[in-house]
Amino acid sequence: MELLSGADMLIRSLQDEGIEYIYGYPGGAALHIYDALFRQDKVKHILVRHEQAAVHMADGYARATGLPGTVLVTSGPGATNTITGIATAFMDSIPMVVLCGQVASTLIGEDAFQETDMIGVSRPVVKHNLSVRHPSEIPEVIRKAYYIASTGRPGPVVVDIPKDMTAPNERFEYAYPKKVKLRSYSPAIRGHAGQIKKAVDMMLAARRPIIYAGGGVILGKASGQLTDLVRKLGFPITNTLMGIGCYPASDKQHLGWLGMHGTYEANMAMHHSDLILAVGARFDDRVTNATEKFCPGARIIHIDIDPASISKTIDADVPIVGPVDAVLKEMIALVKESKEKPDAEALAAWWKQIDEWRAFHGMRYETSPDVIKPQEVIEMLHRLTGGDAFVTSDVGQHQMFAAQYYKFDKPNRWINSGGLGTMGFGLPAAMGVKLTHPDDEVLCITGEGSIQMNIQELSTCKQYDLPVKIINLNNQSLGMVRQWQDMNYESRHSHSYMESLPDFIKLAEAYGHVGVRIDRKEDLEPRLKEVLAMKDKLVFVDIQVDRFEHVYPMQVARGCMKDMWISKTERV
Amino acid sequence: MRRIISVLLENEPGALSRVVGLFSQRNYNIETLTVAPTEDETLSRLTVTTSGSDRVIEQITKQLNKLVEVVKLVDLTEGPHIERELMLVKLKATGSQRAEIKRTVDIFRGQIVDVTSSVYTVQLAGDSDKLDGFIQAIGTSGVLEVVRSGVSGIARGEKVLSL
Ligand SMILES: Cc1ncc(C[n+]2csc(CCOP(=O)(O)OP(=O)(O)O)c2C)c(N)n1
Ligand SMILES: [Mg+2]
Repeated sequence: MELLSGADMLIRSLQDEGIEYIYGYPGGAALHIYDALFRQDKVKHILVRHEQAAVHMADGYARATGLPGTVLVTSGPGATNTITGIATAFMDSIPMVVLCGQVASTLIGEDAFQETDMIGVSRPVVKHNLSVRHPSEIPEVIRKAYYIASTGRPGPVVVDIPKDMTAPNERFEYAYPKKVKLRSYSPAIRGHAGQIKKAVDMMLAARRPIIYAGGGVILGKASGQLTDLVRKLGFPITNTLMGIGCYPASDKQHLGWLGMHGTYEANMAMHHSDLILAVGARFDDRVTNATEKFCPGARIIHIDIDPASISKTIDADVPIVGPVDAVLKEMIALVKESKEKPDAEALAAWWKQIDEWRAFHGMRYETSPDVIKPQEVIEMLHRLTGGDAFVTSDVGQHQMFAAQYYKFDKPNRWINSGGLGTMGFGLPAAMGVKLTHPDDEVLCITGEGSIQMNIQELSTCKQYDLPVKIINLNNQSLGMVRQWQDMNYESRHSHSYMESLPDFIKLAEAYGHVGVRIDRKEDLEPRLKEVLAMKDKLVFVDIQVDRFEHVYPMQVARGCMKDMWISKTERV
Repeated sequence: MRRIISVLLENEPGALSRVVGLFSQRNYNIETLTVAPTEDETLSRLTVTTSGSDRVIEQITKQLNKLVEVVKLVDLTEGPHIERELMLVKLKATGSQRAEIKRTVDIFRGQIVDVTSSVYTVQLAGDSDKLDGFIQAIGTSGVLEVVRSGVSGIARGEKVLSL
């Protein structure tokens, strides 16, 4: 067997795990590892400008590919800078391994230079964390980390590596374990057959059914099965913000997404349904509104890989713990075999009602002859990119507009921080996508507030040639905050203005990119076409949009699903 | 309702802090917590008493099960079980109090395990109600110091919590 130092074992383990890219930033405690990186060329390292961005990059990569992302940082500030990124990945169940340097094991507990208890600090926002206690353990720890991160309900795993574990002068036998043995961790591999049968019987007997799909369908790579089942049953389907793309948005059975800023028809259909089939969704508060008023007439079937997600906020009548793809496959087989068919008459009446709801609002917004509306920018981008771009977003009104007006027909294309709502996510996530999808269009739809939270990454984009298109919907305010202040605080705009904004064009140019400003409506289409034609350039497009626009529909706080504002003046 | 949850946990550094962290992070309460290694040195056994609605208890057990280091757990209060807690109490014991205390200790089947001219140290085991009852019977004015181990529990009959 080969003898390798801890640092070399670490890098070899990454190679053997099939890791192509890692994102990181060096520092004292990680220097042995960085030296080992230097001496090989299989694992490529991307040097970011802030560790938070490294995590979002790994996250964007993971969301676009379904594979775990990898981050490498030093101890102390390097490690603590990753926390927001890790929490973002945790809330959205994104598979990721974060390798953190640590002070030498002999110094731990002594408040050594750049010592932080990363295991303790990260504990509430990781799926699991591991520390290396002997260099010879490194291959096993790495294998375990990736296994835990990417199986069951995925999530981030932190590995804490004291500096002496990677010392170059001590060598150990290297072998990468093929299997992981963990007696205390065994995610379900299939759902309970009896429960699945019961669920299918209920589905076939339902009169006003609806399918409510979440991010779990995308994480579980089950879009195909879901689409199959939905088409077979002829039921309406809605999905969460995280589930966007799990079912083609352009299909007529799709009602759009639901919840706080969901479509009128999706929220109405949920509220009036008699049966909800929840697939890989977690009934979070941005979906359910007041839980005690949630869908009073509905019985609930809930499929999830994580038992703790079932009956957490809303009780399930039929809980099914298992991987969504396997459970849906069994459901499809049962539906095919069954002599019972969905009640055509009841479904027709249900669809008639849904079509009326659709016609009532239809995601309308007021246009203006001279001011650019953020919604029309997104609609135009959808048209100009053929609906086929990867779209990352930051957090705020622009995020909601992007999700509402860019119609995604494929999974893994809509990439946003849904659970944590992390401003600053969009640009590094887009970079992570572009790096591995160089021929695809990658748009980062952002706001002038959010983009400034990780704008330093324009420098990384230059270094690695990442021609993403940054679409800055510049409303000169923290729009989403301002909207809440308009609606709940009598328009007292406390600290929601962004005064003294930089000249984004000059800024982009200073980093070596192209900047384009659009402030006249008639310029919008021709300029956007020019921008999209610049295939090999990062273009920062600063678009001056209506400063006073609000996102609608918007659920009324503490109401039920169907209580919504559908414009500034209409409440239903 | 009060519950006693028994957990088999990997005997590894940091595992306990994950359990305790989970309770504070998710706003569950811990009334008592005991932990010690088992006959299998790779495992610790942890007993936690907590209270909450059925939904909260269901979440607690599910969330505990999700921790990678939790191997197995059981809610002992779901079936017949034995619950014990150990208490050591230092009591002021002078003059006629001494005989009185001795009598009460006997009634509660405790033992006086240390004696000075003015102090008795009493050891008592039982369920938590019994220990509370003893303190009540003695009266808090004579109590100098109390230390309780927290609850340990085990199912009655054939049922065992093991690998
Ligand atoms: C890191 C972080 N800080 C604060 C917030 C709260 N927040 C949510 S939306 C928003 C405003 C975002 O402004 P901008 O990026 O300009 O987007 P807009 O809403 O104007 O489209 C703020 C401050 C957040 N989500 N993330
Ligand atoms: Mg803004």
